[in-house]
Amino acid sequence: TQHTLIRQSSRSNVRLRPIPNHQLTHYVRSSTLYINPHSHSLQCPNRPHSERDSRKEISDSIYISVEFSSNPVREKQRKMVANQPEKEHPVPAFGLAARDPSGVLSPFNFSRRATGEKDVKFKVMYCGICHSDLHMVKNEWGTSTYPLVPGHEIVGEVTEVGSQVEKFKVGDRVGVGCMVGSCRSCDNCSNGVENYCPKMILTYAGTYHDGTITYGGYSNVMVCDEHFVVRVPDALPLDAAAPLLCAGITLYSPLRYYGLDKPGIHVGVVGLGGLGHVGVKFAKAMGAKVTVISTSPAKKQEAIERHGADSFLVSRDQEQMQAAMGTLDGIIDTVSAVHPIMPLIGLLKTHGKLVLVGAPEKPLELPVFPLLMGRKIVGGSCIGGMKETQEMLDFAAKHNITADIEVISADYVNTAMERLEKGDVKYRFVIDVAKTLQQG
Amino acid sequence: MAKKSPDEVHPVKAFGWAASDPSGHLSPFSFSRRATGEEDVRFKVLYCGICHSDLHCIKNEWGFSTYPLLPGHEIAGEVTEVGSKVTKVKPGDKVGVGCLVGACHSCENCTADLENHCPQVIQTYNSIDVDGTMTYGGYSDHMVARERYIVRFPENMPLDAGAPLLCAGITVYSPMKYYGLSEPGMHIAVVGLGGLGHVAVKFAKAFGARVTVVSTSPKKEEEALKRLGADSFLVSTNMDQLKKEQFTLDGIIDTVSAVHPLLPLLGLLKANGKLILVGAPEKPLELPAFSVIMGRKTVAGSNIGGMKETQEMIDFAAKHNITADIEIIKADYLNTAMERLAKGDVRYRFVIDIANSVADIYRETTQRK
Repeated sequence: TQHTLIRQSSRSNVRLRPIPNHQLTHYVRSSTLYINPHSHSLQCPNRPHSERDSRKEISDSIYISVEFSSNPVREKQRKMVANQPEKEHPVPAFGLAARDPSGVLSPFNFSRRATGEKDVKFKVMYCGICHSDLHMVKNEWGTSTYPLVPGHEIVGEVTEVGSQVEKFKVGDRVGVGCMVGSCRSCDNCSNGVENYCPKMILTYAGTYHDGTITYGGYSNVMVCDEHFVVRVPDALPLDAAAPLLCAGITLYSPLRYYGLDKPGIHVGVVGLGGLGHVGVKFAKAMGAKVTVISTSPAKKQEAIERHGADSFLVSRDQEQMQAAMGTLDGIIDTVSAVHPIMPLIGLLKTHGKLVLVGAPEKPLELPVFPLLMGRKIVGGSCIGGMKETQEMLDFAAKHNITADIEVISADYVNTAMERLEKGDVKYRFVIDVAKTLQQG
Repeated sequence: MAKKSPDEVHPVKAFGWAASDPSGHLSPFSFSRRATGEEDVRFKVLYCGICHSDLHCIKNEWGFSTYPLLPGHEIAGEVTEVGSKVTKVKPGDKVGVGCLVGACHSCENCTADLENHCPQVIQTYNSIDVDGTMTYGGYSDHMVARERYIVRFPENMPLDAGAPLLCAGITVYSPMKYYGLSEPGMHIAVVGLGGLGHVAVKFAKAFGARVTVVSTSPKKEEEALKRLGADSFLVSTNMDQLKKEQFTLDGIIDTVSAVHPLLPLLGLLKANGKLILVGAPEKPLELPAFSVIMGRKTVAGSNIGGMKETQEMIDFAAKHNITADIEIIKADYLNTAMERLAKGDVRYRFVIDIANSVADIYRETTQRK
């Protein structure tokens, strides 16, 4: 017996190795060992170090040496973020950040990297508020690091390009969505689906190649690798196009991938919020017959008259749902709360597909028999690759598709987050960054 | 009008083994079958495989059993008589019947050779046939079925080891084809090494896939690798092992019919990977949405296959020498076999030697006279 299991700190790796008797200079004897994170020494609570007279009992004990090795990148981040976000990079920047899981956003000064050879630097004009931003500022998915500057529906005007940039020039109207980097060499990256790269780097709360934390678009300036920048077509207004960079691609990609983009197909969209309303527009433009499925009967008129849906089902109305069974080729489910999917599977025809794009944190109940009888599929989808994101914007420009937005000033952002939590927005808040975001 | 007893409903006397209540105890049962219609094929049953579904049904575990219930939908035998319009087979041919004996033949699904998805599908047992009578399955001395539902056994396929393919075989073959998991070089996992699982390994290897078996029992590793030819083996409760194999699989065929966690299985899939459920737990499974969203993965189901595909599967199996690994039993062992099946104590399918079991009974009754 040469190792003892120690309760591990989640931030560091603990390696144990045995020490032969003759090399002992210190000893500890205890059934429970505690690690002092500052001195990295072992402490046993009931026996002070100086009791060397117990040495003769040691032969029955277990001797260990503890070496700490923490993740050097995270260590560096922790130090930098805790102390000096303004000095991390050469270019001063400012924005809005959440400091803790209360999620309250306040002015935050930080810095951006110098424009590298392949980088595009742009002045942020607008940034959409995605529900993911709300989940992240409150650490609801458990992956947030603070301070956290959200925002991944970012549009603006190019102010500088690196020497190797080919696609963009100063003055271009551009956007950045949910990703700012990936490994660029795996199968997924080579096939244009960088969003499925295991090393994909998120626009905010991610870790960039240089080890620094990424800050998102609730800020005055962005610097991003050309590969992850898209052009916003002239036909689209910047403010109403911003939400397409996340909401748009999140719906466009699965409609294409799961074959729900053929004319005449009958598609259901569950949830009529930021994602849902854009989904209805794209599905209609692709020639589908669209049914909106929602818990709120109040949304029916908007769904049909404003967004062009063909019909509306109230998901809690059993009779309505029963009557519509076996009518849909596919369903895009945008709901991010836990909800029953069995009735949705029932709405599908044989070989129908239920695609989840909303992300509840707890598991859903999957009844198996309905999948077997009817050979149905439940799949997922997560944004889209860069090529497809550009394709989506061009498609939106051609078919006049933009999000329905409420433009707000930067100082309204916390109120907007509260309203967003209650679903009180038609249908996306967009921050007027250029005109209202001020230095802290 | 008095209700007819099972042996008076139809003109031709038949004999088999049926359960009379949810205890699931099987005992000798006299009944009757229809005369051979124009499109019918009548055959003497030689073998019938015992499918786990038979066990679920005799005990009414799915809640829709009607008694007396005579199971068996992996039926193989020899043609004795054919109707005037039958062209597919003649007397003496070796044939089989699987899980289906009828459908509407006019809906979208039937026209696409997917009788298994017809809303009016008629199952081999425990179903109401077009004439309003109950269907009785293959634990019996002979069968009558419409030509469309007869599968021809190729010359080189042994009837006893080929019978289980009629359900287990098509159940795993169909989704591998439909979901694009039958391309050479793909990396496929089979979860559960039982009646369905062992056949899935054989088909996947024949398709040219690299096959990993995932099981709760470490003891099955040697069988999986040495006898069935799987390339690797994972113990599903060993989280470390599973974590190392993340993002390696194109597809998974999950044959497990008990409730089990999907999260570790989804983790094994590459982006765009597919988890196909063919086992049928009666309670819902937990689906963590993040696991399908990150990686654009899908969870799908499959349920046997149409008649055209079933014939295709049998021909493919014959060509690649694929049969089930079986334990042959006589009908007097039936109830013991069911008990062992409930515990998973069989490698890997029981098959009833119907012809000799019937002969035994005949001998007994004549001796008694």
